[in-house]
Amino acid sequence: MLSEYLFRLGDDRLILGHRTSEWCGHGPILEEDIALANTALDLIGQANLFLELAGQVEGKGRTADALAYFREGVEFRNAQIMELPRGDFAFTTARQFLVSVFELLHLDRLQSSKHTDLAGIAAKAVKETRYHARHAADWMLKLGDGTAESHQRLQSAVDDLWRFTGELFEVDEIERALTAEGIAVDRGALRAQWRDEVSRVLTAATLTVPDDGFMQRGGREGKHTEHLGHLLAEMQIVARSFPGAEW
Amino acid sequence: MSANSDQGPATDGDTQWPLWEVFIQPKPGAPHEHCGSVHAVDAEQALLNARDVYARRNEGIHLWVVPTQWITGSTPDDMGPFFDPANDKAYRHPQFYKTPRGVRVY
Repeated sequence: MLSEYLFRLGDDRLILGHRTSEWCGHGPILEEDIALANTALDLIGQANLFLELAGQVEGKGRTADALAYFREGVEFRNAQIMELPRGDFAFTTARQFLVSVFELLHLDRLQSSKHTDLAGIAAKAVKETRYHARHAADWMLKLGDGTAESHQRLQSAVDDLWRFTGELFEVDEIERALTAEGIAVDRGALRAQWRDEVSRVLTAATLTVPDDGFMQRGGREGKHTEHLGHLLAEMQIVARSFPGAEW
Repeated sequence: MSANSDQGPATDGDTQWPLWEVFIQPKPGAPHEHCGSVHAVDAEQALLNARDVYARRNEGIHLWVVPTQWITGSTPDDMGPFFDPANDKAYRHPQFYKTPRGVRVY
């Protein structure tokens, strides 16, 4: 079920990319506004590549656009952390950091996938992701070790997000089989390294690393928070109101 | 909360973050060219902002960021004494001289 794996990879980026794009025109300063838009475009570009490949592998003639704009919420396979509302700048920063550190580890290994198209996309995406991780980590340090208010906002963002991070490392039968074939990456094996790297930055930022407690899950099976529906309504309305429109 | 040790220069009475000038090298061996400025609180952030604002479309391969206040510029009053004397001294350009016969011209 390679297409299922590709939906997960593509949808994670499409949904986080859309969320990040919501900052366009609302960034705290001009330079950061541009940086957020750049990040959103990187993610949507990666989503396009993964979903285009997903459509080919699936063999039902669906393009990346068809997959992005004409699927229902239950058909989306993104982890729930991607769909949470953008919140304040601390929340957006914390999410980008937690996700980028994971994706950097993930894509770095995916470059060696036996599936050459997949390896090629990963090689392109890993460079962008390395930048996202660096940019987000810089903000983690500045907000965490900044003022009392920025510290408190960032700590509560990290605390709120923590229970959504477990899903990033979830491995099911599909991925286990693909990993055995040398196509997919074993996400579970990345967890210790992710925790080390995240803890290193959080500690340097004078933040407390949350304990692993209950972890939210279900996104990979199409079970989402109530936030995804609203996001899709906004993201899909133009394509659905004017099917086949071009510009 | 401690301040960053590599914090850029403060600007008096200005609530904006300090300004940094950005220079980009278009290709290996080429000189860095001024391309604009960004606001940032320290060198790392200045570099990241410079990348996001000025280096996203294949503009170059290397960036410099310099605190604007550490650049000293000539003033409009300097224009006469600095630059006018060169106007009538065409012989300061190599093109002023004829290439001697026998020298290969590239």
